[in-house]
Amino acid sequence: MYEGVVQDLIDELGLLPGIGPKSAQRIAFHILAADPADVRRLAHVLIEVKDKVRFCRICFNVAQEETCRVCADPRRDQALICVVEEPKDVVAIERTREFRGRYHVLGGAINPIGGVGPDNLRIRELVARLADGTVTELILATDPNTEGEVTASYLARQIGPMGLRITRLASGLPMGGDLEWADEVTLGRAFSGRRVVEA
Amino acid sequence: MGDVPVYRDEGVVLRTTPLGEADRIVTILTRRTGRVRAVAKGVRRTTSRFGSRLEPATYVDLQLYEGRSLDTVTQAEILHPYGAQIAGDYGRHTASAVMLEAAERFTVEEREPSLKMFLLLVGGLRTLVAREHAPRLVLDAFLLRSLTVAGYGMSLDECARCGEPGTYPNLSVPAGGVVCPECRPPGAASVSAPALRLLIALLSGDWADADASPSPARREASGLVAAYLQWHIERGLRALPHLERT
Repeated sequence: MYEGVVQDLIDELGLLPGIGPKSAQRIAFHILAADPADVRRLAHVLIEVKDKVRFCRICFNVAQEETCRVCADPRRDQALICVVEEPKDVVAIERTREFRGRYHVLGGAINPIGGVGPDNLRIRELVARLADGTVTELILATDPNTEGEVTASYLARQIGPMGLRITRLASGLPMGGDLEWADEVTLGRAFSGRRVVEA
Repeated sequence: MGDVPVYRDEGVVLRTTPLGEADRIVTILTRRTGRVRAVAKGVRRTTSRFGSRLEPATYVDLQLYEGRSLDTVTQAEILHPYGAQIAGDYGRHTASAVMLEAAERFTVEEREPSLKMFLLLVGGLRTLVAREHAPRLVLDAFLLRSLTVAGYGMSLDECARCGEPGTYPNLSVPAGGVVCPECRPPGAASVSAPALRLLIALLSGDWADADASPSPARREASGLVAAYLQWHIERGLRALPHLERT
């Protein structure tokens, strides 16, 4: 046990995800040894992030204003919505520079054992966004695992009758890998989703 | 040379929980070792060599490295991708989620072999994937039989209290099944003849009879199975409220 505030800092850091007691101690001593200006900047952003960040009222991505940067940008295609599980998925897709539409962040994926059902996700809000007919294509970009697949098929079933085009991100072999290491499900998907090679 | 702490087994993935940046803890019900928890390193990366092999409800052949508290998965090969085959079918997926959660709860101790529970789970998933019977019927049959394996079997052809043979129109959850008029405790539920017949068919594996059952009997039987399960395992199953209503 350390004295007073040092132990308090270790205890607080230890509450963070993935930080055990030894890591907490290491970070605490790093902070003690760091430049006071760096520490002040860290403390400032910690407070600022809680004060300023909220959820976009349209897509539920993290935002500093009432709407996020993507939703506020008039150059983004209003007819396309890409559905993702978490805000970090928006960042991953933005990095590709392939997608020029807007997003909808569900806030998770259907996981009955984890106690997450369709009612715990922002599905009703998504349906409401589709009601005025502006959106013509919905891209389902939930994770390519069981929960993501279940969520995508649930959405397709709920939204299918609304008559818009519903697509799912392609799934198959990752770039930079060897075919022999691919598992049967992934390789099977790659076969069923194969496409014509342009000459 | 001492014993190398590496072992082979086959099992069904019951649950996965994220660990750190890209790892997962997978809970697996194995054929020989019972329920084990193991770390699958890097499994969340898109280039992971495990790929979809360690997704819930996948039946896999495994090589594990024994650790102090958690084992580590070193190799996995798919024997049957049950989970992937029903991920597009919400009704069957939620039924499988209840089966996996129940199997975890019925195997109380880690590393205690439970071959019967394992075989029941593999059989239940196989039946669910075959799409020959309604998902809720498959689930109820699985739950009734796993209750029996766990020692909480529902008595359906004799009084749960005095053992007098017969099918009675009253069922007491605390007593453990149907009760004769003499033994009937206050608060015993009345059960219709078609629902009782369905419960017996599900427990004995008479699918022809179960498939022919009318929907009110199915709803009644499902309600009784759910109430019975909740009573005997104390804490409720989290997946149960997410089942698709039929």
